[in-house]
Order: sequence, then structure tokens, then C-alpha cells
Amino acid sequence: MEDTQLSMYQLYKEMLTKYLDNKSEHALYHAQQFSKQMMEKDMSPEETVSLHMSVFQEIAEDLSEEVVDSFDILLEVMIGYGLAYREHQSLRDKQRQLDSELTVAARMQKSLLPSEKIALDSVDFGVISVPAGKMSGDYYHYAHDEHKNVGVAVADVIGKGIPAAMSMSMIKYAMDTLPEQRLQPGALLENLNRVVERNIDDDMFITMMYGFYDPRNYRFNYASAGHEPGFIYHEESDKFENLDGRGLVLGVSKNVTYRDYEVAMNVGDFVVLLSDGVTECRVDGEFIERDQIIQMIRDYKHMPAQKIVDRIFYDLERAQEFQLRDDFTLLILRRKV
Amino acid sequence: MNLDIQLQEGPQRNVVLLSGEVDVYTASKLKETLNPLAEQENKELVVDLSGINYIDSTGLGIFIGALKATEKSNSTLKLIGLNERVKKLFEITGLNEVIDIQANDAREEA
Repeated sequence: MEDTQLSMYQLYKEMLTKYLDNKSEHALYHAQQFSKQMMEKDMSPEETVSLHMSVFQEIAEDLSEEVVDSFDILLEVMIGYGLAYREHQSLRDKQRQLDSELTVAARMQKSLLPSEKIALDSVDFGVISVPAGKMSGDYYHYAHDEHKNVGVAVADVIGKGIPAAMSMSMIKYAMDTLPEQRLQPGALLENLNRVVERNIDDDMFITMMYGFYDPRNYRFNYASAGHEPGFIYHEESDKFENLDGRGLVLGVSKNVTYRDYEVAMNVGDFVVLLSDGVTECRVDGEFIERDQIIQMIRDYKHMPAQKIVDRIFYDLERAQEFQLRDDFTLLILRRKV
Repeated sequence: MNLDIQLQEGPQRNVVLLSGEVDVYTASKLKETLNPLAEQENKELVVDLSGINYIDSTGLGIFIGALKATEKSNSTLKLIGLNERVKKLFEITGLNEVIDIQANDAREEA
């Protein structure tokens, strides 16, 4: 440290002398470079003032007492700036560290979601999920078994950001341990509820809708844990119907039972699952109504499922000036044959 | 986006009057008020929501937290004065099955 101070002293002295000699732009540019070095060496503003004073006193021997004393005032004033600067430094370092941790975590989280698309002739599937921040509190799932049953789910952890994201991974891991319940939506939610109830904060909860399409009887079977109701679109009647389902949110009470519901799917019919990030979109300060979402789906319903969800997300994002307030997930499963 | 909290404490019953919005910004303020009350043994905690027009999911979580705390302290939680929108939220989430809820102007005098 003493060496550093010594060399800084020398540098500063050379710089100042040069400037006082010829007042060149070059010396001023040097000063800018010097300030960067000072910051790298963690020198505070008041240390700079004091350095300036020492050097100046050496160069100009006959300084008046007033000039010298006036620097005491400047020094004191700079101490405040110095404190603020150091705080800023330490915050910036922490921020960088957090950012990089978050980026890694977000990448890990993405790897929890299914990556391979469903390639079945029987259904057309599309999903979009976009977090409001880096990490998401929304979870979605899709998978099919050897009998071409297609399971789909959307879960929404309250809040957003890291706590929500951590709970979201809990759902994913718990789902992985329950493959035998993929065809029993109510029982699946009951098991998930027990896991969540044991492992979640008192004022947190998760809503979830899980269902599967059974290609043998062309029915969609589902259960809901307090989740924003999805929709089913009936092509023949050209009508949307709510996928209503009663059930308590996950994580509130130990022993909850969830009822199974089922709905027939004809060719061309599709189910829509969503998170409340979709319905909590505020456009011009007003919440978007479910009717408006239905209208958007209707406008795009001739498109493939993935196109529909992409277009709706784009429209809603644009309507909110590209500032998502909540994590957003929208999933569509259509019976093709 | 503000939340005003008024408290009427009594020997058997504490009444909390809320007005404004219970959302991610005001939730922690509400929690600070509700939780200590919910932790009091053998009491009735009544929350009057007639002045509330909006609750988001974080806000709902605070009521769940309060419910769990009252269960531990052998107390009860009751929500009164819910408007249609707020009531619907409790219905969708199934919380109306586990929390004692009285809609509209069934407000009691403390």
C-alpha cells in the first residue's frame, strides 16, 4: 500500500507539473486516465484531495496559509462523497455477483422445463412461458405415454422472482416422482399438495391445473388446485367454455382432496391452460378480461397451437409496452384426429 | 396503490379495517399488522375488507399466513365485507372453504 501511494504520488506530481508547465490537453487527458487508476486502486475522493495538496505544496513552496487551509474544508466535504462512492462500489460488486448467480439459476430453471416438442399425429400442441424477471414462478409440463395419453399442466407460484422460482422447481421434482398418477389428475394434485404443504412458507401457495387427453375416449380429464380456470373451445358450436374446477390451492392444508373433471373433445376442439400472468395483464391500467383473451384466441384459432400462443403473448406484451408485470404462461392442446 | 390499516383491539376480538389495495407492494405492511394479532391465543381476528377493491396473489398469501397462525394459536380468522371481485378470488382459489368469509355488508360492530 505504501508503495502504491508512493508511486501514485510520483505519477500525480509528474502530471501536475506537466500541466502547470504547459497547460496541455494531453495532461488533462492524463488526469482522466489517472482517476480510473485511482478507482481501480480503491482510492477515495478525499485521498485524492489530500494527494493533490501534498504534491501541490511540494511544487509550489510559497503557498499562502489560506490556500493550504482551504483544502481542509474541501477534504471534509469530499469525505461524504468518499463514503457514498465506497458504498456504490460495494453495491455494484454485489449486484454483479447476484446478476451472474441469477443468470446461472435462470439457465438451470429453464432446463427443468420439457424441451422436446410433442410429436404425435393425434394432437397439436403449443406453449409459451415468459418470466417477468429473470426467474419464473410459473411452471408448465407436458408429456405423453406409450398409449399417447398427453398430460399437460400449468402451475403458478404466488409472487415472482427467486422465492417463486425455488418453489416452482419443487413442483417439477415432485411431478417426476409421481409418474403413476399422470392419469389421475385429482390424486396427482393431492400428492403434490402434501409435498408443497410441508415445504413452503406459511404465506406462500401454488395454484395448478393438471389434465390429460385420453385418445381412446377422446376426453380431457383434469383437476384444479385453485388455479385460474382454463378454457375449452368446441369447434362444432364455435364456443368457448370455462374449464371450471373446484379445489384449494396447494400448500394451505394437509389433507385436501381434488375432484376429477372431464370434458369431451371432438376433432378440432382445444383446451387452453394459462397462468394468472395472462389475466393480470393490465392494459391502460385496466385488467384484461377473460372475454378479451377469448376474443384473441378466437382471432388466431385457425393457426397452429404454437402460433396462437406466440401471437397472443406478443399482442399482450405489446399492449403493456413490453413490460410484463407477472410471469406469463399460455398452453394450448388441440385434438387433431 | 396504498393500503390503509386501522386496528380496533378488544379483549376477545381484534378487528382490522383495511382500505386500498392488498398487493405485492403493501403485503408486507399488512403482514406486520396481522401476524402478531393472529398469534395471540384464543382470540377472534376479524378483517374487514369492505374498503378493499383489489387483492393480488401475494396479498392472498398474507391471509393464508394469518389463517395458519390463528390455527396454531387456537384463534379464529374471519374475513368480512368482501366485494364481488375479491370474493371471486377467494372462490377460485378454494380459500372460501378454509377461511370463514362473509361477503358484502355483513360487517359486525366490534
